[in-house]
Amino acid sequence: MSPEKMVHMANQIATFFKTQPGNDQAARIAAHLTDYWEPRMLDQLHDHVGAGGKGLDDLVIAAEAEIVKTHVRA
Amino acid sequence: MKDFIIPNDRDMGTPAKSGAPVTLEIDGLPVTVPEGTSVLRAAAEAGIQIPKLCASDNLEAFGSCRLCVVEIEGRRGTPASCTTPVTPGMVVHTGSSKVRKIRKGVMELYISDHPLDCLTCSANGDCELQDMAGAVGLRNVRYEAPENGGLANHFEARNTSGEANPEWLPKDDSNPYFSYDPSKCIVCNRCVRACEEVQGTFALTIEGRGFDSRVAAGGPADDFLASDCVSCGACVQACPTATLQEKSIIELGTPDRSVITTCAYCGVGCSFKAEMNGDTLVRMTPYKHGKANRGHSCVKGRFAYGYAHHKDRILKPMIRDQISDPWREVEWDEAMTFAATRMLGLQEKYGKKSIGVITSSRCTNEETYLVQKLARAVFGNNNTDTCARVCHSPTGYGLGQTFGTSAGTQDFDSVEQTDVVVVIGANPTDGHPVFASRLKKRLREGAKLIIVDPRRIDLVKSAHVAASHHLPLRPGTNVAVVSALAHVIVTEGLMDQDFIRERCDWDEFQHYAEFISNPRHSPETTAMLTGVDPAELRAAARLFATGGNGSIYYGLGVTEHSQGSTTVMGIANLAMLTGNMGRPGVGVNPLRGQNNVQGACDMGSFPHELPGYRHVKGPEVRKVFEEAWGVQIDAEPGLRIPNMLDAAVDGTFKGLYCQGEDILQSDPDTKHVAAGLAAMECVIVHDLFLNETANYAHVFLPGSTFLEKDGTFTNAERRINRVRKVIPPLNGYADWEITQMLANAMGAGWHYTHPARIMDEIAATTPSFAGVDYALLEEKGSVQWPCNEAHPEGTPLMHVDGFMRGKGRFIVTEYVATDEKTGPRFPLLLTTGRILSQYNVGAQTRRTDNVVWHEEDLLEIHPHDAEVRGLKDGDWVRLASRAGETTLRAKLTDRVSPGVVYTTFHHPDTQANVITTDYSDWATNCPEYKVTAVQVSLSNGPTDWQEEYAAQAAQARRILPAAE
Ligand code: SF4
Ligand code: SF4
Ligand code: SF4
Ligand code: FES
Repeated sequence: MSPEKMVHMANQIATFFKTQPGNDQAARIAAHLTDYWEPRMLDQLHDHVGAGGKGLDDLVIAAEAEIVKTHVRA
Repeated sequence: MKDFIIPNDRDMGTPAKSGAPVTLEIDGLPVTVPEGTSVLRAAAEAGIQIPKLCASDNLEAFGSCRLCVVEIEGRRGTPASCTTPVTPGMVVHTGSSKVRKIRKGVMELYISDHPLDCLTCSANGDCELQDMAGAVGLRNVRYEAPENGGLANHFEARNTSGEANPEWLPKDDSNPYFSYDPSKCIVCNRCVRACEEVQGTFALTIEGRGFDSRVAAGGPADDFLASDCVSCGACVQACPTATLQEKSIIELGTPDRSVITTCAYCGVGCSFKAEMNGDTLVRMTPYKHGKANRGHSCVKGRFAYGYAHHKDRILKPMIRDQISDPWREVEWDEAMTFAATRMLGLQEKYGKKSIGVITSSRCTNEETYLVQKLARAVFGNNNTDTCARVCHSPTGYGLGQTFGTSAGTQDFDSVEQTDVVVVIGANPTDGHPVFASRLKKRLREGAKLIIVDPRRIDLVKSAHVAASHHLPLRPGTNVAVVSALAHVIVTEGLMDQDFIRERCDWDEFQHYAEFISNPRHSPETTAMLTGVDPAELRAAARLFATGGNGSIYYGLGVTEHSQGSTTVMGIANLAMLTGNMGRPGVGVNPLRGQNNVQGACDMGSFPHELPGYRHVKGPEVRKVFEEAWGVQIDAEPGLRIPNMLDAAVDGTFKGLYCQGEDILQSDPDTKHVAAGLAAMECVIVHDLFLNETANYAHVFLPGSTFLEKDGTFTNAERRINRVRKVIPPLNGYADWEITQMLANAMGAGWHYTHPARIMDEIAATTPSFAGVDYALLEEKGSVQWPCNEAHPEGTPLMHVDGFMRGKGRFIVTEYVATDEKTGPRFPLLLTTGRILSQYNVGAQTRRTDNVVWHEEDLLEIHPHDAEVRGLKDGDWVRLASRAGETTLRAKLTDRVSPGVVYTTFHHPDTQANVITTDYSDWATNCPEYKVTAVQVSLSNGPTDWQEEYAAQAAQARRILPAAE
């Protein structure tokens, strides 16, 4: 998928969790991503963050840092 | 397995009542019935059939024919038993010589004005007038036309000297499915009452008085087709004579047996009697014991089944090496070997996860279960998704988060007890017609209606029904409107504190209440954005919170948005705030689009969930299936439909088995879908027709219709209904058998012998289905899941004593504007919907006479927007978005507000989805069909894309003549 589309989707998720109470937003975004995104998509996110994460919401970058702890590359 | 049930649907004469028991005596027999019951019905309960003509148990008694007269001790005269309620101790005689004489006289009068062509009449053997003539013992008719006095009848076109009879009217054959022959009418008024009471359309009237009385559809110049009639068939069903008669019966004869089955169109899931004459289906009639429809139907289920025998139907498997080749017909085993070799080859070359499946919401539960099992157990991945992705996936997420289950909370009967109904983003009279009729009945009894929809749908104002409030919001602002409703309820203190304290998480509620009370959610502040009059919105909120039982029904106008899941949560919040949960008449009711959307979701079609909505990451859940199937199950979620297409374009997804879905026509951003399909090396389409997706397919497996197989559908109220085989599969195999053949060709070793065995496996692995089996369905007719040890007879109402997840959870719903924005290039907002006579992509309904009501998709545009663009009604216009452009004809109407345009997506030539974009719901990727920024201008013919598309389609549909 195009990087713009991936960034758009990830940021949409962040936008929702940002509005939620608590201060575990990054963890909740990470959980949402691992629950619903197929490993290929997580890899793409990972690569994009590795390449500077252009356009990604800070919370998505924080969430990605959580995901790499458990996600094994496809 | 007993496949054929003989339904007991004797007409009891007048509707059932529910008062206190009353005992009376009829012909010496003691009878106890509820207060309010008619004498006619009480007699029927005791097994005594009093002759009747104008009464029917789905209509209020009318008392016009006087055939049902009886004698009651202590009362003068001979009252009509249909209009006489029982009283305690009443003594009734139904067969005295006095009443017999009256009945004979009545029949004599009827018959004197009736053509006695019984032997060749289409209703011969199925005519109540005939039956009653027999029942009263009519042997001769003494009335004769006066000599030289002209004809005093309605049935002879000319008298013997060739003069025209002014009383005679020709047949009205304008409706494609039934005819109206006025010469046979006995003016019993049943049709008029059926149209009013059952359907709620009020299309029929009795014109004239006395001998001149006539049934008329619409105004004097109208025929049935031109009138308001929506062809639901209720009047035809009600007519005791051949006056209103199905054309199929006229052509094929009356039925000799019937099979109970379930409509394969919309999520209402109406039960039908498939009426057979030998091995020919002659008619479908709504089954009165069907719990979803209670004896009613719409034009689709009742009449639009002719596609099963349409000439376009493909009955032989076909294969081709490349999509540029013509199709080649082959035998089943060759097709299976070809498909299996390709799919296995792709996995070898590109990896296990390079192939997947799409299940169908039109197929049965058993079929869907097998298709997702094919992905998980045979392909060894979780690449399974369903078209429910593109309609109700946000319901799954939103209700799952708030209540703990995605299930709709009520049964359809619940609407009979509701006081205030909110309809959001749904158009029931077109999308869910039988539910709409039931809703309208309740509205006529006084329930109030609030409509939240950008378009003035029919329910806003129609015969004898008007919405108290219509909030015509700008497309894409659902969350703002739903939050504003909640804001009013909370800030004006209208919430149900006790319910919230007892049933919901109090901390989360506190937080939510603080959030929603912020003035930025007030109707006044959000009006700028939503375009909704704040006073109207406040009034609507007050009505919903204080008007008694409040229920919310919603559809795809809620889910198909960037914030679809958030709106669903907002709706759940509204229901919890007002305590409208856990009893009849209330609740949150997602109106599912296709017949088995609910079932497709239940059966584990989603890539992250095993059957019964259990995430694949759970080791205990995987273990259940690993043991049942003897395979390892992948713990990572698979690709969703849009992700599959993206991965295909990226070159990592290569093979697809697509059952009963036409993703090329129904999914958004057609060009992207086409590019994804074109990039795949093996596309297997399993369908009735060469659909649009099949233009990109390498293997075509012909499917069977719902008439040709056994199985179950689960409707919008979680009701599991049986589908029964009526005729053998024309293509040779039921769809579950075809999936099994494909699985076995890939080495699976399945050996299901009947869908009942598949259901047994579902019950054994899925707790909410634990109690379901075909024997139970045979006994009960249908059950609503959860059906298990705790609920052996199923569950009509959810969350009665507590929410599924324990405490109901209020979730903060911040409005976020969609990124799909209007601007100078695309200044209008396009929203999409559907109409009554067509279904989804129209593959079935376009192949029936339903096209008389909808030949093409039209673009609805406000006269003001049309004027500034120089457009007139009926002009060809170009509709363009950032994704693509198409052409269609314009229809000027103020149903849409200025700035909004609307169309349907039933015809492939229109290609409304060339326009829709790839934006989607944040949580589920459900596409944002309902908001696209567009421009509209005059056009001079089809776009290049439409022409190229048509050429490609024609090329791709070529079939080589079979080799001898
Ligand atoms: S078919 Fe339905 S809508 Fe049409 S006249 Fe009969 S009852 Fe009314
Ligand atoms: S058309 Fe049929 S139902 Fe209607 S009044 Fe005539 S006989 Fe009765
Ligand atoms: S399309 Fe829907 S409302 Fe119409 S008959 Fe079928 S299930 Fe019933
Ligand atoms: S059936 Fe009672 S008056 Fe007609």
